[in-house]
Order: sequence, then structure tokens, then C-alpha cells
Amino acid sequence: MMNDMRKIERDTAVSDIKIHARDVQVFYGDTHAIKDVSVDILDKTVTAFIGPSGCGKSTFLRCLNRMNDTIDIARVKGDIQIDGNDIYHPSIDPVQLRAKVGMVFQKPNPFPKSIYDNIAYGPRIHGLAKTKAELDEIVERSLRRGAIWDEVKDRLHEPGTGLSGGQQQRLCIARAVATEPEVLLMDEPCSALDPIATAQVEDLIDELRRNYSVVIVTHSMQQAARVSQNTAFFHLGNLVEYRETGQIFTNPEDPRTESYITGRIG
Amino acid sequence: MTTIVFVTLFCISVLGYVLNRQAATKLRADGTRLHSVPGYHGLYSLLSTLVPVAVLIVLWLIFQGPLIDRFTMSGLPAGSLGELDAGGRQLVLAEIKSISRGRIFGDPEAWKVDAADRYAWMHAISRWMLLGIVIVASLGIVGFARSRVAANFRARHGVEHITSGLMLFCSTIAIFTTLGIIAALLFESIRFFERVPITEFFFGLNWEPQIPLREDQIAAEGAFGWIPVFLGTLVITVVALFLAVPVGLLSAIYLNEFAPSRLRAVAKPVLEILAGVPTVVYGFFAILVVAPAIRSFGASLGIPVSPNTALAAGSVMGIMLIPFISSFTDDALSAVPKSLRDGALALGATRAETVLNVLFPAAIPGIVGGILLAISRAIGETMIVVMAAGLIASLTINPLDSVTTVTVQIVTLLIGDTSFDNPKTLAAFALGMMLFIVTLIINVFALRIVRKYREAYD
Repeated sequence: MMNDMRKIERDTAVSDIKIHARDVQVFYGDTHAIKDVSVDILDKTVTAFIGPSGCGKSTFLRCLNRMNDTIDIARVKGDIQIDGNDIYHPSIDPVQLRAKVGMVFQKPNPFPKSIYDNIAYGPRIHGLAKTKAELDEIVERSLRRGAIWDEVKDRLHEPGTGLSGGQQQRLCIARAVATEPEVLLMDEPCSALDPIATAQVEDLIDELRRNYSVVIVTHSMQQAARVSQNTAFFHLGNLVEYRETGQIFTNPEDPRTESYITGRIG
Repeated sequence: MTTIVFVTLFCISVLGYVLNRQAATKLRADGTRLHSVPGYHGLYSLLSTLVPVAVLIVLWLIFQGPLIDRFTMSGLPAGSLGELDAGGRQLVLAEIKSISRGRIFGDPEAWKVDAADRYAWMHAISRWMLLGIVIVASLGIVGFARSRVAANFRARHGVEHITSGLMLFCSTIAIFTTLGIIAALLFESIRFFERVPITEFFFGLNWEPQIPLREDQIAAEGAFGWIPVFLGTLVITVVALFLAVPVGLLSAIYLNEFAPSRLRAVAKPVLEILAGVPTVVYGFFAILVVAPAIRSFGASLGIPVSPNTALAAGSVMGIMLIPFISSFTDDALSAVPKSLRDGALALGATRAETVLNVLFPAAIPGIVGGILLAISRAIGETMIVVMAAGLIASLTINPLDSVTTVTVQIVTLLIGDTSFDNPKTLAAFALGMMLFIVTLIINVFALRIVRKYREAYD
């Protein structure tokens, strides 16, 4: 039944491992938030993290672009590699890393600048465009990838905060792809949106799979089923089960997973 | 005596509370379902007694003095005041009052002693009348409130009305005080402009507030042009802001974004101590430390520096404004949603880039509001400039010269023997009026900007 909700046939034949994580531990002060999580995330697929609130799925997501570094009390242990490079190695600059691993947040957070400047901000600070024409091109390409170009092309210089919630979120996705990332992390990107905007963003996520490895944290199991190829179920800081999405929803192996997807825990 | 009156009122109110509460409790014990709990019935009695009668007492105390004075004067035997003018009558009244307090100088006339007796007697009568009225009125209200205790009486709403009325009264006090201040300034300013032409005050380039002591004194004709004085205020304000704005902004940004929490825990309170230093102490600092330092530094460069420089006063005032600006900036930066900070960091911006490109523009309306409020404080600041700035109004914008400010002039005009019928004294009110208007305009702007900013993020 769940399978029928999926947008397109799954295509997990591509199996290049993009992110390779082993024995990841995260501590917030004395709280042990993530325990021994090991996971391989594939390139050009959508991977969903599901689980009840406080299970650590967002925390783990924020390890992948080292956003946890911005929290004073957070400590991360273990091994996380992207394309075989340890992202916690001292030689890695987290600022550069975050350009390669884009992130979209729960609440749309456009900067109080024009739509154009919102998109151009990342390319500008990373020096991706040499000329104004190149920058214009990046902005247009990013807005097209964010599936919002047609709606905003005539008002690029109006403030980004004036858009509707769904448009703002697609603007933020466009902003994230403007720095040419390889991985796109999405932390509950639709939880502040209405159903129509959610459907648009989900279509977009499916499109983005062609170019990026997308990791999405979601509270909605239907959403995970609709957009993802692989699903990881987190519970109390542990990674309980990580499999192909169809299997995890129709034939879960772990009793905890089954309890969650049938609505008994969470 | 006044204390006794208030204590009596308080005791009767408490009595009303107890009575009403007991009555309501008894009703409830009899099985009736009350609209309001017994405590509200008690409070209703307490407040409806306390508030109106306390207001009555205050009004009585305000009006009894002038009324008794008037009765005393009108009761004097005919002809005893003779041809005395208003000032003379005041003197007689003052003498009568001091006699009534037992301080007798020399040998007063018999009618003055009589009047003093009558004065004391009226005061005593007034006090006893007040006590009687308070007892009767408060007992009456207590009785009335007691009679209203019933199952469906809405004591809770009654208490609500009385407390909201009390709040309304308190909130209007500030408004009426402001209106009173404006009126006082306005009347004296109008009297000033009757003596000095408005055009001279607004466009005159000379400020020499003096008046001839004798009719034939020629050289002492005063000049009342406020431009040099206001220019001095501006110079000092600009100097202060040149110091305070960058230092305040950057320290706030550092504390808000970069400082480790342990340093922040120390630095913020220290900065707030700076805000608590009395301005007179800043004045010492300006004359004892900053001014000599600037002068010797200028001398070593061969630049002539006057002893009371605008630079010294302005820079110390700037130090005073640093905590003001930095706390406003801190608030404004903290009010920027965390999601914006995360968004910029997740795009690969460094912390400094995040602050300068994203947080700062988002916080700028709040910061500008803070700076405008700091400007109006700088313009109105008095003590530092009285101590460290000069007295002579010179038309200059050189911060190494001595300048004077509006506030300094107001202080010097009102110090010493003053009479309120010459332009020299009245000029202080005209200057005060202008100061009030300028700071009012700036504050209105500041508040509008701050309010607009508040609507941006919810």
C-alpha cells in the first residue's frame, strides 16, 4: 500500500557510497544524543531519516556538515567520510565543507535581502563567479533548480522575505544549491508548509536527486515513503534499521520500527 | 496626624475585608453557589474603601494649605495690610506662619499674633475634620460593600474594574507630568520671546547672555543667538558618537557572536558597570585625565589646544554612551532569529561574514534606534560638559577649541541670584524648550524605527 504512494519507480542500482559514517557518537554536555550510528548514504538518491521527536535524526544530520560545531557544548566522535575524506580531519575547513554540503532548514530562513542577493550570497563569499554575467547565470540556474524561477524572475530585486512560505522554502533550496554542493541536507523542509507547497517541494526533492545526494529528515512517514529511496529509522539515539524504503515500510525487521510505522510509538 | 488618618483608613479597610470575606464564606457554607470566591468579596470591600478615601485624603491635604492661607489673610482686621503689594502680603503670611510654629522674632503686632492663633486653630480643625470624614466615609463604604455580598454579586468583576482604574491612573501620571513640564517651559519661553525677538534667538550668531546693571551701561547689551551654543552641543555630540558608535557596535558584536561564554559572563557586567558610573565622576575623569592628556599630546605635535576642549568632553561622553549603544546592539543582534544565523553558516559563511552580511543588516533598524536614543542622551547630557567643556560660546567646529553647550548655558544662567523678569534668566527656558524639542524629535524617530523593526520578525 505504502509503495503505491511513491512518485516513481525506485532506482537503487546506482550504489556509489557518498557518505560513509562509522560509530558516530554525539554528546550535548552530558547527554549522549547519538550512539554508535553507522550508515552508508548513496549518491544520487534520497535518503530519509525518520523517528520520533528527540531521537537524534536532526543531530546526526547536522554532523554531516559540521553544523554541530556551532554549538559550544556539542562534541562529535567517530568517523564520517564524504567521498573517502574524513570531514572531521583537522585539515578540513568546516566553512569549505558547508559549501559542499548544503543545508535546508525546517523554517524557511531567507536573508533580509533581495531574492537575487539571497541566491548570490553563497557564490559571492566562495568566489564562484568571476563576472556579473556569470553570477547572473548562477542565480538563474539555481532558481531554476529550485523550481521557482518562473515565479520570481520578474522581481529578483524585491526582498526574499516577501514571498509566501512555500516560495521562501524553494528559495532557500535554490540558495543551498547555488554553491554547487554535492550533498543536500534537509531538516524537515516541509513542516512549516501547507499541503500544496509541500507537494511542490517534494516534486523538487525528487528532481534534485538527479544531481545530488539528498538526505531528508522528516516527521511524516508518508513523505519519507513518497520521496526517498532509502530510509533510516532512529530511536533514542540509535540507528535501528536502515534499508530500502519500500522494505522498511512493508516489511520492517525490527519490532521497534514496526511499532513506529504502525503508530504505536512516537 | 496624617499618619493616624492613613492608619485608620487602612484598619477600616481591613475590617471591611474580613467582614465581607466572612459573610461570603458563611453564604457558601450554607450551600449557596457563589459567583466569586470569598476572597474576592473581601478584596472588593478593601479596594472600594481604600482607593477612593485615600484619593480624598490626598486631595484634602493638597487643598487645605492654600485654603487656610486664604482664610487667614481675609480674616485680618481691616486696614492692617495697608498698601502692601503681593510680595508684602506673602511676607506677612510667612511671619504669621512662623509665629504659629512658635518662632517669634522681635515684637510682632497683636493682630499678627491673633492671626497666628487662628491659623493654628484652623489647621487643628481641618485635621480633626479630615479624621472624622475619613472614618464616616470608609465605614459607610464598608457597610455598603457588606450589604452587596450575595450569591450572584460579581465581586470578581468589581475588583477587576477597580484595579484597572488604578493602573489607568498610574499610567496617566507620566503623561500629565510631561504636559506639565511642557507648559512650564512654554510659558517662560513665551515671556523670553516677549523681550528678545524670535529671529534673534534662532538666527543670531552671538551668545552673550548678559543684561545692563544700570540704565546707562552701554557695553553690556546682551546677545541671545542660540546657534553658537547649539553648534557646541553638536560638536560634542559628534565627537562622542565617533567614539561610542564603533566601539559600542564592535564590542557588542564581539560579545554576542565571538566571545567564549566565560569571557562574556565577565565582560557584560563590567560594561554595565560603566553604565552605572555617575556622570559627575565621568566629569572628573574628563578634567583630570583626558583634557590634560589631549593638551600635552597636542603640545608635543605643536598644535594649539585650548584647556577645555570639545574633544575631551566629547570623548568622555562617548565612553559614557558605549554601554548604551552596545546593549542596544546586543539586544538587536539577539533578536535576529537563530535560523538566519544557521542559514548563513550552512552556506559556508564564516562567523564574521555571517555577522556582517546577514545579522547586522537584519539588526540595523534596532541599532539605529539605539544610536538615535544615544544622540538624544548626548544632547541632553549636562554634568560632563558642565565640568569639562567651556563657558564661552564660540562659533567653531574645531574639536580642539573650547565650546559651550545648551545644557551648560542653562546651568550657568540659573545658578546664583536669579530674577525671573529679565531675559538672561528666561533665556534658560527658551534653550530648555529647544533642547526638549530636538530630543523629542530624535526620540520619535528612534521609536518609530525600533517599532518598525519589531514588526519584521515575530
